Amino acid sequence: MENDKKKFDELDEYIKTIHATEHELIAVLHRAQHILSYLPREVQEFIADRLQIPVSKVYGVVTFYSFFTMEKKGKYVINVCLGTACFVRGADKIMKAFEDRLGIKNGETTPDGKFTLSSLRCVGACGLAPVVQVNGKTYGNATIETVEQILKEYEGE
Amino acid sequence: MCLSKVKTMEELFCLSENLKGLLDIKKGKANIAGTMEISVCGGTGCHASQSAKLKDELVRFAKQYGVEEKVKISITGCFGFCEKGPIVKISPDHTFYTKVHPEDAERIIKEHIVEGKIVEDLLYVNPLNHERILSQDQIPFYKKQHRVALRNCGLINPENIQEYIANRGFLALAKVLKDYRPDQVIDEVKKSGLRGRGGGGFNTGLKWEFASKYQSEKKYVICNADEGDPGAFMDRSILEGDPFSVIEAMIIAGYAIGADEGNVYIRAEYPLAIERLTIAIKQARQMGFLGENILGTNFCFDIFIKYGAGAFVCGEETALISSIEGNRGEPVVKPPFPAEAGLYQKPTIVNNVETLANIPVIILDGAEEFAKIGTEKSKGTKVFALAGKINNVGLVEVPMGITLREIIYDIGGGIKDDHEFKAAQTGGPSGGCITKDHLDIPIDFDNLSSIGSMMGSGGLIIMDDRNCMVDIAKFYLEFTVEESCGKCTPCRIGNKRLLEILTKITEGKATMDDLNRLEELSNIIKDTSLCGLGQSAPNPVLSTLHYFYDEYLAHIQKKYCPAHVCKALAKYQIDEKICIGCGKCAKNCPVNVIEKTDKPAKNPKLFVYKIQQENCIKCGTCAKNCPMKAIVLL
Ligand SMILES: Cc1cc2nc3c(=O)[nH]c(=O)nc-3n(C[C@H](O)[C@H](O)[C@H](O)COP(=O)(O)O)c2cc1C
Ligand code: FES
Repeated sequence: MENDKKKFDELDEYIKTIHATEHELIAVLHRAQHILSYLPREVQEFIADRLQIPVSKVYGVVTFYSFFTMEKKGKYVINVCLGTACFVRGADKIMKAFEDRLGIKNGETTPDGKFTLSSLRCVGACGLAPVVQVNGKTYGNATIETVEQILKEYEGE
Repeated sequence: MCLSKVKTMEELFCLSENLKGLLDIKKGKANIAGTMEISVCGGTGCHASQSAKLKDELVRFAKQYGVEEKVKISITGCFGFCEKGPIVKISPDHTFYTKVHPEDAERIIKEHIVEGKIVEDLLYVNPLNHERILSQDQIPFYKKQHRVALRNCGLINPENIQEYIANRGFLALAKVLKDYRPDQVIDEVKKSGLRGRGGGGFNTGLKWEFASKYQSEKKYVICNADEGDPGAFMDRSILEGDPFSVIEAMIIAGYAIGADEGNVYIRAEYPLAIERLTIAIKQARQMGFLGENILGTNFCFDIFIKYGAGAFVCGEETALISSIEGNRGEPVVKPPFPAEAGLYQKPTIVNNVETLANIPVIILDGAEEFAKIGTEKSKGTKVFALAGKINNVGLVEVPMGITLREIIYDIGGGIKDDHEFKAAQTGGPSGGCITKDHLDIPIDFDNLSSIGSMMGSGGLIIMDDRNCMVDIAKFYLEFTVEESCGKCTPCRIGNKRLLEILTKITEGKATMDDLNRLEELSNIIKDTSLCGLGQSAPNPVLSTLHYFYDEYLAHIQKKYCPAHVCKALAKYQIDEKICIGCGKCAKNCPVNVIEKTDKPAKNPKLFVYKIQQENCIKCGTCAKNCPMKAIVLL
């Protein structure tokens, strides 16, 4: 994390510009995760210090919201939508296919740090159900074949 | 865009008059120059199907064919017909192209714009008579819709405040500031009969009245854009397609209750809506609709965006407030209601996006006009996100009182793959199901409650005979267990126990005792939970138990899942009469549980095979590999 000094500076800059108080904690965490990609202990301590609140408060908020993560994610984050519209159109089978193919469970990262498999509850593209997102790019009407296609697309990179 | 400040009401009326022509072509009026407009849908669904690239391609080809002067190309909000996206609409003739891809851009420019010929194969085909339909208003999907909250979606460019002003934008605000005292605004909203679209159905005017009665130097208006029901996307579409309506309504609400600050609480999963809303707020500030001395009056109001972070319970208003304050989103006991002590303990109103989108229309057209739509106790329209096993997935706005049959068959185009309708779930994880028997009751707040479902926020998930209702109940319970904030015991532990029982049922391990316990526990959780999440979490269980008791019984007593969904109960069986004894199934079985019997197959030299059920993992490989299709799932 030491060589992340620049990133911490960027975060510090943000905290200063919005004159963040403890009420802006969630906005600050969003920005921190955007800059650093995850929120390990050091980051939480840093934020607690800047906002002058206990670390326990920061930790409490980070663990409450599913959007925040304390673990480093893979290079490619595969999000399978498990919202209702996707579920009734077989999203659980898509999830299973990714799990089988990558040898990891929902929420885990492959040992080589390439893929993280996780789930979302509705990205609002229900018309394309079932939906898979990879680093924000959306793949609609997913089938078992799409799973193969997606993995091929990113495995090569 | 250079936007200058509108300092007085007169200036706004003038501007409104001047800009009126801006939407003429899109509204179907041709001009002498023969200018045309291409609107490309930029909603999340179409965006995901490359509609931004499509727009760029259209612009590129317009240049290449030298018609960039003749045709204006812009992005609009969601047309609602997401199933057939990306959508492209050409005006003034209203030609409606569906499933348009970037590769089609050249043909649209060359054939339609340059040569004046319709691109036939991009038109929508009516599945009933296989005829191609030329324009939007003739498509059955749109015929029974009545657009109030969605009036600007698909019409205006959501990133251009001028187009909003061109369609009566901010005139409701001007009317209120000019002619109404705050209490008169509240009376008008009360008279309209508008009820909250976020799920509760509480009378909006009444809510505003409560907040207006409390004296305080600071009050807040909050727009709830958390849209937690998975499978619902009404609020997202409104914010993406017409963010200005929501902004205007929040300013009006602020004036009515005496607030000078608004917050929009929006979920982080909606980046596009956040982007559009951010642009819209910026433009509204530039033009002076937000800020100090709005339209030359003493009234000041500004709006800020607050982000959710993936917690369903934050849709509940007290949890939402604690989340805006930077805390864990845990609900608190009401009373006091937010109207008395809300954000930072100040009087606050929380309203849903769709509720707010109705406000400008109520003010402009009058409460009586609005109250003409709908049923006696549910006025106006409701936007539903139609999804699941239905042909036309999408966003529909219908008058209250319409029947489910009309929504599914006339608007929705019937069930996918000609299967049979089984149930519709409204209200998401807090709601219940509507069955075949209720296809013809008029849909409104009270009728839905009376059959054990609820209006909810507008998610409408259609299920067919391929969906297992126990599995669906389990799906929702998994959701609520995951999303329970853990503050109160009935919700944190009770729902977990419910889920365990449901899991046992789907695995064929439950007894009749479990079934009784399921119902008893559901009722206890309903009665004793702290907030709406826990109080409504057992609804999907109770509702499916009530209407699909037989299905529960089949799982428990016959160890059989009628919809063949529950894997643990599935059984693959080889039909001895069809089996030719080739042995492909046995060769491919990953766990070697298929064995040759001594019964001769069709070919008497070979023998039929049999699956040893105990160790079968139900992967289905055998069925896939059988050349005779002799292996069936029971
Ligand atoms: C668990 C739970 C989740 C909720 N989620 C939402 C939501 O996502 N959006 C919403 O507008 N209201 C939601 N509500 C309802 C809000 O608490 C509140 O009643 C509503 O925002 C009021 O606005 P309205 O009167 O305009 O409907 C939820 C309620 C509960 C109990
Ligand atoms: S349920 Fe998956 S996108 Fe809405």
